[in-house]
Amino acid sequence: MSEEKKGFFARLKAGLAKTRDNIVRGIDSVFSGFSAIDDDFYEELEEILIMGDIGVNATTRIIERLRGQIRERHIKEPSECKQLLIEGIREQMRVDDTAYDFEKEQSVILVIGVNGVGKTTSVGKLAGKLKDQGKKVLIAAADTFRAAAGDQLAEWARRAEVPMVGGNEGADPASVVFDAVNAAKARGVDVLLIDTAGRLHNKKNLMEELRKINRIIDREYPGVHRENLIVLDGTTGQNALVQAREFGEVADLTGIILTKMDGTAKGGIAVAIQSELNVPVKYIGVGETIDDLQKFNSDDFVNALFEI
Amino acid sequence: MAFESLTEKLQNVFKNLRSKGRLTEEDVKTALKEVKMALLEADVNFRVVKQFVKAVEERAVGQDVMNGLNPGQMVIKIVNEEMITLMGSETTEIAMQPGKAVTVIMMAGLQGAGKTTATAKIAGKLKTKGKKSLLAACDIYRPAAVEQLQINGKKMDVDVFSMGTDHRPVEIAQEAVAYAKKNGHNVVILDTAGRLHIDEDMMKELQEIKEKVSVHQTLLVVDAMTGQDAVNVAREFDEKVGIDGVVLSKMDGDTRGGAALSIKAVTGKPILYVSMGEKLSDMEQFYPDRMANRILGMGDVLSLIEKAQESIDLDEEKSRDMAGRMKKGKFDFEDYLESMRQMRNMGGLSSILGMLPGMGGRGADLESMVDEKQLKHMEAVVLSMTKQERRNPKLLNPQRKHRIARGAGVDIAVVNRFIKQFEQAQKMMKQFGGGKKGRGRFGGFPGMGGRLPF
Ligand SMILES: Nc1nc2c(ncn2[C@@H]2O[C@H](COP(=O)(O)OP(=O)(O)OP(=O)(O)O)[C@@H](O)[C@H]2O)c(=O)[nH]1
Ligand SMILES: [Mg+2]
Repeated sequence: MSEEKKGFFARLKAGLAKTRDNIVRGIDSVFSGFSAIDDDFYEELEEILIMGDIGVNATTRIIERLRGQIRERHIKEPSECKQLLIEGIREQMRVDDTAYDFEKEQSVILVIGVNGVGKTTSVGKLAGKLKDQGKKVLIAAADTFRAAAGDQLAEWARRAEVPMVGGNEGADPASVVFDAVNAAKARGVDVLLIDTAGRLHNKKNLMEELRKINRIIDREYPGVHRENLIVLDGTTGQNALVQAREFGEVADLTGIILTKMDGTAKGGIAVAIQSELNVPVKYIGVGETIDDLQKFNSDDFVNALFEI
Repeated sequence: MAFESLTEKLQNVFKNLRSKGRLTEEDVKTALKEVKMALLEADVNFRVVKQFVKAVEERAVGQDVMNGLNPGQMVIKIVNEEMITLMGSETTEIAMQPGKAVTVIMMAGLQGAGKTTATAKIAGKLKTKGKKSLLAACDIYRPAAVEQLQINGKKMDVDVFSMGTDHRPVEIAQEAVAYAKKNGHNVVILDTAGRLHIDEDMMKELQEIKEKVSVHQTLLVVDAMTGQDAVNVAREFDEKVGIDGVVLSKMDGDTRGGAALSIKAVTGKPILYVSMGEKLSDMEQFYPDRMANRILGMGDVLSLIEKAQESIDLDEEKSRDMAGRMKKGKFDFEDYLESMRQMRNMGGLSSILGMLPGMGGRGADLESMVDEKQLKHMEAVVLSMTKQERRNPKLLNPQRKHRIARGAGVDIAVVNRFIKQFEQAQKMMKQFGGGKKGRGRFGGFPGMGGRLPF
């Protein structure tokens, strides 16, 4: 490395070190640090939103909307502006009362997503949750691809104390689903939970396989309440929006499970997804035990996003 | 998608700006605004983007704009170079212990990052280099993690060491190293459980393994799709455990992978491998130039820049050749056209003159000596010649000269004078190049008022 290049790198590193303590910083300091709503103020807001993974486009839209409201209502106080911003996102992220209707009906929940986001774990947690409500639950292990995926889910089935079908490595996932749906019908199961193999949304044949699975459920179990939940890793950046879009292409999404929210990531990409694709977050994952799944609460989400 | 339009935006912003010699502060700021957007869209951390853009700005203002590029593209070129420098490193391989000593590699990272898959892939890679690896199953928490590693190991035909899930990971690691020493393995790869960087107990577990087992290389596996939080993750793992290198996983997706830049910026640790798929053979070396291209998402601009670079290289070759031709007195009208074209590309005659040593401040002065209008006439004359006539001026009989004058829209006298001056200049070049004493200057080259050397 030449001296000049080193200098460049060192500068960048030093700059980061200086700001490191501020990296996780509350919006309160932003609002209280400003006496007027000016460009600097907006820039700071932008920074918070982008640092929360909301993305450039959604952030721009949010800020534009905010500017409009502030003009209309002649708002001068940064603190009032804060309220507006927070409420706007909170409202947007609020889940409908009907979001959990599947709990009241016979339903099939198909759990999909890219590799390693937490599908299997979420299926296990959901099974535990529904079982606790007194539901008759069946788990289908349609990940017949990844090494030991069946064993992993079997352990979750054991923890949740629910039966599991499928799970043989190398078996055809579509036929696992076919069998599971018919078993669910025959046994009078309330909720059938299907764990699928992780797949990147740009793998054509794997996505087609998912389309086929989705069709089989429709065909084999007409009239059942369908839920297609995409699992998104809360740590993921802008690619999560692409994931939601592409998975939605092969199976209509009814909701999101946003996992790993026990870390330091904010999961802000869900805001972009909500506004662009209108898919609500229904659950968040907050750990690795069976109890670490919560119904989504937009107040908590916004508070965490802005650290208040 | 939004990214394409960023490129377009950049093109539009600079459409009306021709190369103007140097990059002004405004050029740089305008272009960097778009670059900033692109980097943020690619998930490069906001703070990293800010610092990076600032550093590039400092470097870029005042730089010369390359031939064939507009100022925006020139800025992109600099951005691209800086990204490559930042992400690259001299280390591109896992450092192995010398001789027969066992190298212990510890894999670390968040949950679901792809450690277990990467573990097996690295073992496969080392196998092709004649190393015999032992994979140690230290993830006792995630259900069936041990089985997953065992299956992967079998697929790669690599030995796996496990003690089930009832022993502490540090114990398993110690036993694994002892086993490796006894059984002729020269590498031990510890597959550890995924953990959050803020989970104090779990981070202590890694510290303890590192202390008790004398780990030689700790590799952080990071999902290429990671967003803004990548800086926190990388920094915490580096500060609490200490990492020696990074593996980027899930690069076969369509993420731009800005996390790579963030991680390198905060840790300075080399990115060694990219994991490209679920097949155990899909592990590649990290190429900073490819990554920069991917993050920037401006492949079209970058290939344009490449072309401009190539044409410069080509021009350099040509001009070297031209000097040779001059010496031999073979300088013909084709060469004249080419030299005029090059001169324009370099910002016109006056700017070239301004760059010549000793002529610095006298640019305007010199410019007045150059008759640009006359130069245009000369060019029109040459362009009206056939290729054969340009290559072989001797063909120019009166009939042809009349045709050329009509074509160029000038008087026949202009054509005659130009051709005569040209022939004189040609003779002089030959003298000069041939080592004979010239008259100190080339003198009267057409269009230069007979006063400027060329
Ligand atoms: N901290 C934390 N870890 C989680 C959460 N959800 C899942 N994990 C962990 O993330 C890792 C991957 O989870 P899996 O459930 O295996 O993910 P998957 O999507 O089924 O993975 P594949 O089937 O391999 O694509 C495991 O180590 C889980 O324990 C969560 O909400 N928080
Ligand atoms: Mg799974």
